[in-house]
Amino acid sequence: MAKELRIVLRNYQVIDPLKIEDYLNTGGYKSLEKARKMGQSQVIDELKKSNLRGRGGAGFNAGQKWSFVRQAFADRKYVVCNADEGEPGTYKDRIIIENDPQSLLEGMAICAYAVGAAKGYIYCRGEYPYVVDILKQAVAQAKVKGLLGDFDIEIRMGAGAYVCGEETALIESIEGRRGEPRYKPPYPGVAGLWGQPTVVNNVETFANVPAIIEKGSDWFKSIGAASYPGTKVFTLTGDVVNKTFVEVPTNTTIRELIFGLGGGIPQGRRFKAVQIGGNSGGFIPESLLDTPADFDSMQKIGATLGSGAVFVMDETRDIVDVVERTAKFFEHESCGKCAPCREGTMRVHEIVEKINHGKGTSRDMALLERLGRVMSAACLCGLGQAAPTPVLTTMQHFMADYQAKVTG
Amino acid sequence: MAEINSIIKQYKGLPGGLIECYHAIQQEFNFIPEEAITEAAKAFAIPAAEAYGVATFYYYFKIGGRGRYVIRLCESSPCHIAGAAEVVAALAKELGIKMGETTPDGRFTLEYTECVGQCQATPVITVNSRPFGDITADQIPGILSQFR
Repeated sequence: MAKELRIVLRNYQVIDPLKIEDYLNTGGYKSLEKARKMGQSQVIDELKKSNLRGRGGAGFNAGQKWSFVRQAFADRKYVVCNADEGEPGTYKDRIIIENDPQSLLEGMAICAYAVGAAKGYIYCRGEYPYVVDILKQAVAQAKVKGLLGDFDIEIRMGAGAYVCGEETALIESIEGRRGEPRYKPPYPGVAGLWGQPTVVNNVETFANVPAIIEKGSDWFKSIGAASYPGTKVFTLTGDVVNKTFVEVPTNTTIRELIFGLGGGIPQGRRFKAVQIGGNSGGFIPESLLDTPADFDSMQKIGATLGSGAVFVMDETRDIVDVVERTAKFFEHESCGKCAPCREGTMRVHEIVEKINHGKGTSRDMALLERLGRVMSAACLCGLGQAAPTPVLTTMQHFMADYQAKVTG
Repeated sequence: MAEINSIIKQYKGLPGGLIECYHAIQQEFNFIPEEAITEAAKAFAIPAAEAYGVATFYYYFKIGGRGRYVIRLCESSPCHIAGAAEVVAALAKELGIKMGETTPDGRFTLEYTECVGQCQATPVITVNSRPFGDITADQIPGILSQFR
């Protein structure tokens, strides 16, 4: 039976999130103090050894990312926190910030010290104005106490664009422009915000840092899956009894998430599918539920861990109808910069809509599959590359649902 | 106009501050008045086309008009399967307008949105960004009465 293990949410309902004294009383900002004594390269080494990998979806080793920025030769460097969680079904970053904003700030301050940055930004989505208020208060409190030293953190608010979760689009948006992804390379670690070396990490990634510095890399590495250690915050939505968030070791299986902590399917119905990682995630059938939810295990089954959204569908759900909704989402959210995504998301939506309304043929199915593969390979950024995932994985695992609707 | 310019002035010196500036204008008007775009373009020393480009890229910004209360309905998958369509129908019926429209008295605007990150309580609507969760069609008149 899976149990919760709280690292990033260790202060949930333990402290008053808007009272920095509470955070300090639980040992808050001791890790920053310790980091400053360790020295920059040792902080990065410790983080690298811990194998903390990005919690935003890409799973890159955080310490390695920091080391690129530390080694980069530049007068100014930046630390950016991606709090633009836009994956439908995800609200983990909101929960982390609402309950413990100082852990995030401390994590960012440790990063700033390690890479030599004097300025940080938190880019928070426009749907969360109340979270922006919390962050502003938290930064003000940390400044009054002099805890951040010469590190300055500014909060910027997004304005309803899913693509801004992509790190270079996010950077464009902080610079005050349309949030269109940049061509890579160069990556932000080399030329990011205002062309300077920039660390971009997710809220959950930064929130893990103070605990790792406090307890050491060996402690962290011993938790969860070996290749993606630590915990992950999941948000359970859809047809599941406990629609809630949970923080569990990364070797927890999907089945344990849904049927253990999630309490199973309501109304005695049977499980049909689960989509993990938001709209860009793959659909997973019952036969694969014993897969651990860590990054690599998910990748092996053609799915993704992504943001950790767990969207459960029971036997009464129409998979093709849900995929149509997802396809509409991507058509709406495509920024239009590259043709494979701009045209592709529109055509995917068109074809899935046709099939869902009983007007599709087997030729449409073949076209859809081919278009999906082309987009995965040809789109400029992660949005377009991942957009066909729901289509391709449902065609793989739930073909009967399509066949029931296809004519001729 | 003086009001718009005084807001713009506060953000003029902020690097990349155009989006923050638009937020502040919307905070005041609930939308971005046409003239604010051209004034902002001047202040930030960018072509008006670019200032329009930024304002139209982001769904939360709206140039022109909008009601005093913007009701947004999430249509992402978790809300979709939880019955968002019935909530849309109830809102449209109660207000006598379609999605994307504003009531003649300028009080309410209905807009679709993608996930608002309150998926523990689907379906979700927001009224001027304040979330209301686990919404059913018959709760709509009661919620609207708080803003009438």
